[in-house]
Amino acid sequence: MSEIFLLRNRLIPGLNQFKVYLENDGFATWKKAVTSLKPEDMVNEVKASGLRGRGGAGFPTGLKWSFLPNTIWPHYVVANADESEPGTFKDRELLEFNPYQFLEGLMLASYAVRAQAAYIYFRGEFWQIAQKFDERIAELTAAGLLGDHLFGTDYSLRVYTHLGAGAYICGEETALLESLEGKMGQPRLRPPFPAVYGLFGMPTVINNVETLTNLPIIFGKGVPYFRSQGTEKSPGTKIFSLSGRVNKPGNYELPLGTTFRELIYTHGEGILNGAKIKAIMPAGASSALIPATEAALDTPMDYESVPTLGCALGSASVMILDETTNASDLVNDTVHFFAHESCGKCTPCREGTFWMSRIVDRIASGKGKKEDIDLLESVAGQIQNKCLCALGEFSIVAVQSAIKNFRADFDARVES
Amino acid sequence: MNELIKKHSHKVNEILAKYPPDQKQAAVMPLLHLVQQDAGFISRESMQAVAEITGVSTTEVASVVGFYTLFHAAPEGRIRLQVCTDVACDLRGAKEYLEKLCAALGIQPGETTPDGLVTIEEVKCLAACDRAPMFQAQMGDELSYHENQNVDKTLDWLSSMTASLRKPESKPTTAEEGGKHE
Repeated sequence: MSEIFLLRNRLIPGLNQFKVYLENDGFATWKKAVTSLKPEDMVNEVKASGLRGRGGAGFPTGLKWSFLPNTIWPHYVVANADESEPGTFKDRELLEFNPYQFLEGLMLASYAVRAQAAYIYFRGEFWQIAQKFDERIAELTAAGLLGDHLFGTDYSLRVYTHLGAGAYICGEETALLESLEGKMGQPRLRPPFPAVYGLFGMPTVINNVETLTNLPIIFGKGVPYFRSQGTEKSPGTKIFSLSGRVNKPGNYELPLGTTFRELIYTHGEGILNGAKIKAIMPAGASSALIPATEAALDTPMDYESVPTLGCALGSASVMILDETTNASDLVNDTVHFFAHESCGKCTPCREGTFWMSRIVDRIASGKGKKEDIDLLESVAGQIQNKCLCALGEFSIVAVQSAIKNFRADFDARVES
Repeated sequence: MNELIKKHSHKVNEILAKYPPDQKQAAVMPLLHLVQQDAGFISRESMQAVAEITGVSTTEVASVVGFYTLFHAAPEGRIRLQVCTDVACDLRGAKEYLEKLCAALGIQPGETTPDGLVTIEEVKCLAACDRAPMFQAQMGDELSYHENQNVDKTLDWLSSMTASLRKPESKPTTAEEGGKHE
């Protein structure tokens, strides 16, 4: 039986109201943690839960927390609410409709690493959502759930919102930190990692919204309950954002390990106009175009299985292409996206994405030649493994896989 | 005295209180949002004001304004209509929608209607992929999402917005603009 950990707002009407959240055991886990749990035990419990970062990398959350040194203070926790991977719209639903569970998760993470200040970094487009969070934080402070000497202990916690201003790169955690510090959002050289040298040069945990929203479940209902969903190595549920040429696009919370077939045909109700499915992009614009073979459709969506298809699960934004879609047109979109969002720091990415955008435009306009396809592949190869952060790498995945798997679509656009 | 502090001292202090006292630079972006909310764009003078408050150079503030898509250094349309045409939206007809919308308004992406009210921009992913075509409207610093759009629906919304924008301040309008909404 499939359980719902995250999109509980779909089961409980009005869960984004403080009163309703409280009536449903809201913040009971928070009180229990601050008054009776030891921070180090909490870190161990998250390790035991097997929770992995839901922002895209899938890194074990408990392990990430355990890297914070206990010799440097203060510690900070930053919630990454910069959701901007094309095709991803899961955090937005959580922030709008189940915001208190996310806040409780953020607070639990803060207590576990003994941070007394936490920041929520919202993408600039989430302006309205961020405004509401300012009200909610004031509400929690008035109710004694945030502030000084919580529940009569010596633990104090404040939560602040911080609004970005439109930059995909700020989802990368070190670029996010730069942006939070008031600078251009350009990634930092690592090491040192944020766990040691993060926000304002202090040890910092950065977790995705969905990751944090899992914590009240893990600490409230226990590790075995959490592990009752998903697989051994990818436990829990995941919100899959399904979009593109399907009948019912939307967010679907399903156990990790659910197959693409079930997501697309059972939940997404199949392909628009009864067309034939052509390819799957499982991780937004950063994914490969995977031919939708029977074997691919039967692949479980978890952190171990999807890579066997040549692509990471990422943030699980599953975009569907059907037979009416020309893969080179899609590549045109992804290339322009990355050219626009390249932060300009590393030359191969800044220049490479620019030149790729010139080539894909030539192909799209019908003025391209066969050699342009090879040139595109060659420029992509020049970007590979030469950049500081993953953006440069992401910019070539769709290009390379589309040329490899759907070369005929490019051929159809160029002069023969 | 610093103009921004003079005008919004309470809000400026509220923003500064969010960050450690020795980390004032962190207030740069929230202060820029405050400026833009007020004036619709960020002038040189405001960049200087933000630089003074946060103790960084005006050049650094200007580089931040230039880096982020939602900050604008020049006044454009009162309503910035930002249509997403990225992968997922493209798969559901966003490019055709943008093209028709531009034709109806008689401008291209990046341009502003002659009355200075509406600027259309083509943008990338706004996390609303399941409800494409969609756009985001930016007015000052206020943002709103408009999903499951078609051209008629958008034009209806635009005419009601531009009508209300014309009323209070009655900015000079050109005669041709009204007809283009038909």
